[in-house]
Amino acid sequence: MRSIDGAVLDLKRLDLLATGDSSIHRLDARAKVLTTFVFIVSVVSFNRYEFTALFPFFIYPVVIASLANLPGGYIIRKISMVIPFAFVVGMLNPLFDRALFFHLGPFAVTGGWISCASIIIRTVLTVGAAVILVAVTGFLSVCQALERLGTPRTFTVQLLFLYRYIFVLTEEGARASRARELRSCGRKGLGLASFGSLIGHLLIRTWLRAERIHMAMLARGFTGEFHSRQVSGFGWRELFYVAGWSALFVALRLENGAQWLGGLVTGLLS
Amino acid sequence: MSHHIVAVKHLQHVYADGTVALQDVNFTIHHGESVAIIGANGAGKSTLLLHLNGYLIPTAGEIRIGDFPLTKKTLPEIRRTVGMVFQDPDDQLFMPTVFDDVAFGPFNLGLPVDEVKQRVRDVLEQVGAAHLQEKPPYHLSGGEKKRVAIATVLSMSPDILVMDEPTSGLDPFARRQLIGLLKDFQHTRIFTSHDLDMVLELCQRTIILHQGVVKADGPTREIFGNEALLAECRLEKPLSMQGCPVCGKGK
Repeated sequence: MRSIDGAVLDLKRLDLLATGDSSIHRLDARAKVLTTFVFIVSVVSFNRYEFTALFPFFIYPVVIASLANLPGGYIIRKISMVIPFAFVVGMLNPLFDRALFFHLGPFAVTGGWISCASIIIRTVLTVGAAVILVAVTGFLSVCQALERLGTPRTFTVQLLFLYRYIFVLTEEGARASRARELRSCGRKGLGLASFGSLIGHLLIRTWLRAERIHMAMLARGFTGEFHSRQVSGFGWRELFYVAGWSALFVALRLENGAQWLGGLVTGLLS
Repeated sequence: MSHHIVAVKHLQHVYADGTVALQDVNFTIHHGESVAIIGANGAGKSTLLLHLNGYLIPTAGEIRIGDFPLTKKTLPEIRRTVGMVFQDPDDQLFMPTVFDDVAFGPFNLGLPVDEVKQRVRDVLEQVGAAHLQEKPPYHLSGGEKKRVAIATVLSMSPDILVMDEPTSGLDPFARRQLIGLLKDFQHTRIFTSHDLDMVLELCQRTIILHQGVVKADGPTREIFGNEALLAECRLEKPLSMQGCPVCGKGK
């Protein structure tokens, strides 16, 4: 069960990165949430055969991650975890969409392959942007920003609790599973039958623990609102940040940046 | 007129499944007293503690904290007055860093950010955990977690401290440190514990709970001297009051 424990610790590391101090960290959370939103909308609004125009968008995650001193390897590992899911979504496209696009040496590249690749690239971009948003802002501040941008409080508090209880559930799950593993002496234990009651127990234990945590929160005056020590306002810096990035995203959405750059380079060379 | 009195009158609690946890509990604790509530497993200690800051509602009876009866209306004030430290610090620490955790209560009290920061620094200093401020709680050792858990409660400036099994799971050194810390507090203190040697050091008064009623209430030394009473309540003398295990002297 080290894997579950490890995954949780890994997730907690994401929260810890948000306590860093850089020009990006210091920006108001709302600016970062808005910019990420514009970025995601720009990326997903391309038509399904778009491929090359997506690449210039990588500039955003790369620039933010390096300005905020995020560990590249860790962020890439986080993103790569979702690539298999994206591949499952797109893997049937090459079978159904056999319209020939172009030849790459001996290979005939069909529309299906292009759209499948496009799905994967988009997933990497959007998930990357979301992971980086949490890593430079912190989940708590992202929720607070959503609330200040007009999302109903009930929704943001639900989101926060969901996030908190992921840790509670996985920690309890890891413990229960470790106990089962140790007593099944390397064999299958009682097989599927034992999992039924294990999951039942897990639910009850998680529930009880969640109740104790809630009790501790109530004992310290929790009234449904999370506070943060970072007080920030939406100033000129934030405005420039949102406007600058959004302008770039819209420009890259309307013009194929890769083609433009390619044209420029070949123009210069010729 | 004192805000530090805890009065429990004819308290009864029956759980939804019919288990009678508390039958008829009566006691009054005065300002500045340090009191231990001891008893065997299942005697009703934890149930009793959960009543003291209004988490459980009495089936019958009344609780008064200071001048207020415990009701829904007085609950926020009572929760600030009564600081509760849970047995498992993992239940108590739920924010990403120690700072955020200690600041959680003061923020909920509506204090301004600078004041919160000052308070957090002060209480972490007081419990000897100032260097842990930016660490995530799950990276701390058991003793450190316990001290931070106490700091999360101290930061709300409670008048009464209630602690469930403060020394459980601590190594001898961490236990000794914690006892030293708790000795210095001026608050009204209520502990539950199976660590009877700690009780002997920290509490002048002891209340024994047995099957949901108060079986004895008096000076700690007197109660620990009564072997028949202790045996009846599934307890035994603290080790420091027993004779030397090798030569039998000191009995």
